Amino acid sequence: MEVAAAKALGAGLAVIALAGVGIGIGNIFSAMVTSVARNPAARDAVFPIGILGFALTEAVALFALLIAFLILFT
Amino acid sequence: MAADSKIDALGQFELHTALGPLGRSVNFTQSNLMMVLGGALIIGTLIYGMRPRAVVPGRLQSLAEIAYTGIMSMAVGSIGPEGRRFFPFIFALFFFVLMGNLLGLLPYSFTYTSHIAVTFGLALMVIVVVTVVSLRIHGLHFFSYFFPVGAPKLLAPLIIPIEVISYLSRPVSLAIRLFANMVAGHVMFEVFATFVVLLAGAGALGTAAGILPMAINVVLVGFELLVAVLQAYVFAILTCIYLHDAVHLH
Repeated sequence: MEVAAAKALGAGLAVIALAGVGIGIGNIFSAMVTSVARNPAARDAVFPIGILGFALTEAVALFALLIAFLILFT
Repeated sequence: MAADSKIDALGQFELHTALGPLGRSVNFTQSNLMMVLGGALIIGTLIYGMRPRAVVPGRLQSLAEIAYTGIMSMAVGSIGPEGRRFFPFIFALFFFVLMGNLLGLLPYSFTYTSHIAVTFGLALMVIVVVTVVSLRIHGLHFFSYFFPVGAPKLLAPLIIPIEVISYLSRPVSLAIRLFANMVAGHVMFEVFATFVVLLAGAGALGTAAGILPMAINVVLVGFELLVAVLQAYVFAILTCIYLHDAVHLH
């Protein structure tokens, strides 16, 4: 198999990890919406934690993307 | 004109010297130029904003005051009353990263936080400050941080290495989170822009179809604005959380 094809396959495999990240981000916002629906006054307390959780989960997505870029471009 | 089959996504991050022969003599790159510009903007906003010293602030003074109180409440809220000592550090860190992320969204500029050298330097500084602060406050008792209270003693040979590795992985994750967010955003800009150019090379129908990647790019710039502010906030709040751990040892 030539190197370019192997690189493309490797990058494609690496981004499968984003499925887990999608589930994680959905979980965070589902919890946030549920908590605000049960107790609308909690919105200002829950929102910063929700955004922090989203950013940390997105970081995992970018770790996977980083590996994909490393495989593809070096 | 032959169309390039490879999309050059990473060439935009190469550094060239700015400011002509003066820049070439000291290797002053566009990254350094953006750092100077970002720093000047923050310092200028603070100095000119606070110049009127009105009790009821005008717009620029409001901006400066909101910046100050926002970061102060973040530091004191996360670290506790001792957080006041770390306020200048958190303030400088937050606004340096914010300027790096935001200035890169202007055309023909450069995102200096898209280089792992810059972000890893910042993350290394954070972990060194946090460790030194903790050692100064708690002395050698700092090492009890790696063995949480109440954990079964028999598991110590397993828990302590895991805790040490997770502590040492903090600067790595801080650096890579910021760097990868910025690189991914700008690579996507370049890829969709290249799509527009490639489609335009395919004739009149292609030029009309080029509206679609252009529209996606517009939405992407909006998303990257959010990501820029969010990543600066996350960097600062994680530094505050690590400082809380350092000061309170749990």
